Amino acid sequence: MRQTSGSALTGSRGSRIIGSASPGGSRAIAVATISTLVVVGLLATAVVNSPGWDDVKQAFFDPEVFSESFPDIADAFLLNVRIFLVAEVFILVFALVIALMRGLQGPVFFPFRALATIYSDFFRGIPTILLVYILGFGVTTLQLPGVPISPLFWGTVSLILVYSAYVSEVYRAGIDSVHPSQEAAARSLGLGRFAALRYVVLPQAVRRVIPPLLNDFIGLQKDTALVALLGVVEAFRQSQIDSAGSFNYTPYICTAILFLAITVPLTRFTDWLIARDRRRQLAGGMR
Amino acid sequence: MSEEIRALVLEGIRKSFGRLDVLRGIDLELAEHEVVCLIGASGSGKSTLLRCVNLLEPIDAGRIVLRGDEITTPGVDVNAVRRGIGIVFQSFNLFPHMSVLENVTLGPRKALGLSRAKAEARATDLLERFGLADKRDEYPDRLSGGQQQRVAIVRALAMQPGLLLLDEVTSALDPELVAEVLEVIRELAAEGMTMLIATHEMSFARDVAHRVCFLDEGVILEQGPPEQIFGSPQEPRTQQFLQRIVQAGRL
Repeated sequence: MRQTSGSALTGSRGSRIIGSASPGGSRAIAVATISTLVVVGLLATAVVNSPGWDDVKQAFFDPEVFSESFPDIADAFLLNVRIFLVAEVFILVFALVIALMRGLQGPVFFPFRALATIYSDFFRGIPTILLVYILGFGVTTLQLPGVPISPLFWGTVSLILVYSAYVSEVYRAGIDSVHPSQEAAARSLGLGRFAALRYVVLPQAVRRVIPPLLNDFIGLQKDTALVALLGVVEAFRQSQIDSAGSFNYTPYICTAILFLAITVPLTRFTDWLIARDRRRQLAGGMR
Repeated sequence: MSEEIRALVLEGIRKSFGRLDVLRGIDLELAEHEVVCLIGASGSGKSTLLRCVNLLEPIDAGRIVLRGDEITTPGVDVNAVRRGIGIVFQSFNLFPHMSVLENVTLGPRKALGLSRAKAEARATDLLERFGLADKRDEYPDRLSGGQQQRVAIVRALAMQPGLLLLDEVTSALDPELVAEVLEVIRELAAEGMTMLIATHEMSFARDVAHRVCFLDEGVILEQGPPEQIFGSPQEPRTQQFLQRIVQAGRL
């Protein structure tokens, strides 16, 4: 299993960079496979021969506990996915608004720029866990009429607020990376500032920041576990409950696997998207 | 110079970047269908002048009048003005995330409000005329420099501008690609397109221009028909400049 994923990795990378028809390709794959086997083998030997391995194996890798707790946790994990998906949509839009506010030019827009700057400074500066506590316990205790008191709601809002601050900076870096001559070319055609941004600057900016954007989304996906602090039963909370019931830590491994099952394919997918985009723009450009 | 409305009138254009005075009082008139070439050393203000005409750079003093309407008054609709003026840049500035067809149709669709079908029909006609029909679905990075610059010219023409500004459009090209781009411009001149061209291609300027202006340190030092400017320049600076061009084997 490890061996095949190792060779698949070098195989796909090889075809992307040096081309599948490159001489010595099969030799490179063989070398990579052997070196992977050796390294993984050494690591595995070190772990399995450690003095406490038997205890760890029992506490973390109990197959019986695993199969018992997996359905519960997988069920609860759906809530993490839902939080992630809902938050992501809001973050993508809200962060863009903040990034655009920061990019407004002219003295008239000073308050907007200042507001956006303060926003991203504040929410990047505060630990997410604190915000989850403050909003989740503080705002709900106010009992304001018409304001939701659901901890799930406020936990999600906290994540949206914090991650929007990060993502707005990512957008801003992307917008800044598009050469001013692109906007000049768009404006010279008679497009307004907004149209130039929408059709020319933003599409290029967003394409360039897909990898860092994805980084933030992997972070977000993991941080959905923080909502557990407010008593919401998502995957982490469920694994705590299961763990307390069985006096075993295997449920945590179960949760970890579920998180990885989402984030790793997400990363691969983005890599593939970027590579496809690059191929489409550059293919044949080496003439 | 009587009652007839000029395509473009520049009066006393001044522009400085910080303490650097790039344009120091430019006066210039273009008649309809006239082709005027701006020549001069790098840094003499040719590109800045073109960018000012297109309102990409605000001017510090002076007036620009386009077909009888002043376009340098405060509150003028800059987008409307730019729709009527095409500009082609030295570095092409095509949109890399769009196909050739999308590059050419963006302006007509989003600035002129044409339907996609109409804009594409117009673009296809132009691309065919300039031998780029088979490139319509390519991305700019897959084209040669000459092809990219021709697409940039087509992109400007798709707006059906009354005035075309060309900013050293062959300077970024390999020598063997220059001819195909100049050929396109010659064709446009023959069709009567009003053009203001900043160029280092002196023999091209001599062939295509009705009038040549020599820019030096932000002013038009000398202007006249190409035979006069290239044949018997009056100003010592013009003579010196052309001398260097001849020595470099570019005339």
